[in-house]
Amino acid sequence: MSAYTISLLSIVGINVILAVSLNIISGFCGQISLGHGAFYGAGAYAAALVAIATRNLPLALIAGMLVGSVLGLIVGFASLRVRSDFLAVTTIGINFLFTGFVRKQGWLGAEMGISSIPASGLGASGNMIMIELFAAATIALSLYVNASWMGFAFRAVAEDEDAAATLAINGISYKLVAFALGTALAGLAGALYAYFTQFINVDAFDFITSVMLMAMVVIGGIGSTVGVAIAAIVLTLLPETFRFINEYRLLVFGGLLVLFISLAPGGLASLFHGTRTRLRR
Amino acid sequence: MNAPVLALHNLAISFGGVAAVDDVSFAIGRGDFFGLIGPNGAGKTTLIRLISGILTPNSGRVELLGEDVTHRSTATRVRRGLALTHQIVRPFRTMSVLDNVVLAAGHMRTVDPLRALLQMDRHAERERAMSILRQVGLAGAETKLAGSLPLGQLKRLEIARALALDPTVVLLDEPLAGLNNSEAAEQIDMIAGVNASGVTILLVEHNLEEVIRASRRLIVLANGRVIGDGVPHDVMRQQDVRAAYLGESVETYAAG
Ligand SMILES: Nc1ncnc2c1ncn2[C@@H]1O[C@H](COP(=O)(O)OP(=O)(O)OP(=O)(O)O)[C@@H](O)[C@H]1O
Ligand SMILES: [Mg+2]
Repeated sequence: MSAYTISLLSIVGINVILAVSLNIISGFCGQISLGHGAFYGAGAYAAALVAIATRNLPLALIAGMLVGSVLGLIVGFASLRVRSDFLAVTTIGINFLFTGFVRKQGWLGAEMGISSIPASGLGASGNMIMIELFAAATIALSLYVNASWMGFAFRAVAEDEDAAATLAINGISYKLVAFALGTALAGLAGALYAYFTQFINVDAFDFITSVMLMAMVVIGGIGSTVGVAIAAIVLTLLPETFRFINEYRLLVFGGLLVLFISLAPGGLASLFHGTRTRLRR
Repeated sequence: MNAPVLALHNLAISFGGVAAVDDVSFAIGRGDFFGLIGPNGAGKTTLIRLISGILTPNSGRVELLGEDVTHRSTATRVRRGLALTHQIVRPFRTMSVLDNVVLAAGHMRTVDPLRALLQMDRHAERERAMSILRQVGLAGAETKLAGSLPLGQLKRLEIARALALDPTVVLLDEPLAGLNNSEAAEQIDMIAGVNASGVTILLVEHNLEEVIRASRRLIVLANGRVIGDGVPHDVMRQQDVRAAYLGESVETYAAG
């Protein structure tokens, strides 16, 4: 396998983790988040610092997950106070706050980023295999969540929180769990990214990244784990094949997002299955 | 009377200075069947929202099974034995009819999200949901999307979900609205059957004929206040109750 292929597959795996984890928050639980890039970035920076300090891979991965989910819980608490359309705006704000904050912090490398991240010791292909294993585990976890009673209750909270309350389902705790779980996985993706590039810069975690991830969720079919994973793969490979797309990332992903929301709100999953009942498989 | 299942003490709430519910007190005993009537805007739905915790009163208390639940969440009250149906039906439209009821039947599994995550089995809940759907007359509609049902069936689905919670007391907000006469009579018989099985009922209805037929006690609300309270036939003869309605329905009732 060429170095290019290995690097491409690594990025695909990381984006699958990111899109599937965003789908837990926005697809399963109905909390529209346009700031997933911030949790991804928080995990990357946390893992980078821990990796530099300890050279311990498991510790750095755990740090990424922890910091991602703590930030996620904080935003989750904020989400309890705002209506869902405001939540979208709030999370956009979080993303800009995150990038703006990091740019000004010397200990985080400010504009320059962090470049001296030690290698994982697994080699490029070992790294890639680790990323794919985590991506597979994330997909499996997501499928399991959806089949469990937690996923069942998520669906109720997503559709009508007040009606869910009349079935004794506490929407608040479910929303918090969705945020904690989804952002922990985003933090993990960030940690994997830090080891993959050994160099991180805040531009990788900006609002455009969040829009791209939301495009993957919407195009894959909100709530459909498999659809979202496929969309993540396709939308990652597309700009690599057609280089010019990279120049117009926001335009392309934003455009695709709007196109799918208006023409096929069920995403690819519903185009293939036709019915909305199967949307969540 | 044995200890009340539900007791309201001086409940009051106002919206923008207008009292929607004003000093309402009454208590419902176990197994009883109360009717709650009143003209449009009398405060019936608001009262149900206060009892179920969707709204918090400006003053007064709600007691459920002897416990003060005034400041408890709706979910907590439901766990303690309260169930309600909405005047404007609120099914989970993207779920099947069966799943709507299964979710209610599994309400003990979904109390804590992390415990819910460790549970997959839906067998017992499915069985129970099927039997409740038969009870409310929705057998055969299990696999349909809830969003595709006509209003009459959605009203039944609301009741099915409430029953699946295995409640001690059920608040029904206009379960007959939009049904034709024979459907309404059927629905009331079904509700009476639920009551006969020991479930306490508070029924809000505009269909006076049916509510009077089914209730053992009738409460009349007007402008947020209780203006009549007693045996249905006696209450309907009171002057101020008739004045509050001033409508054909009472005339029709008196004549019939
Ligand atoms: N959330 C709210 N905000 C402001 N006013 C409200 C609110 N809910 C109810 N009201 C007002 O309170 C009064 C009582 O309304 P409510 O819906 O309880 O009446 P109702 O007896 O259920 O009427 P109907 O028979 O038409 O269902 C009405 O004047 C209504 O406009
Ligand atoms: Mg009403």
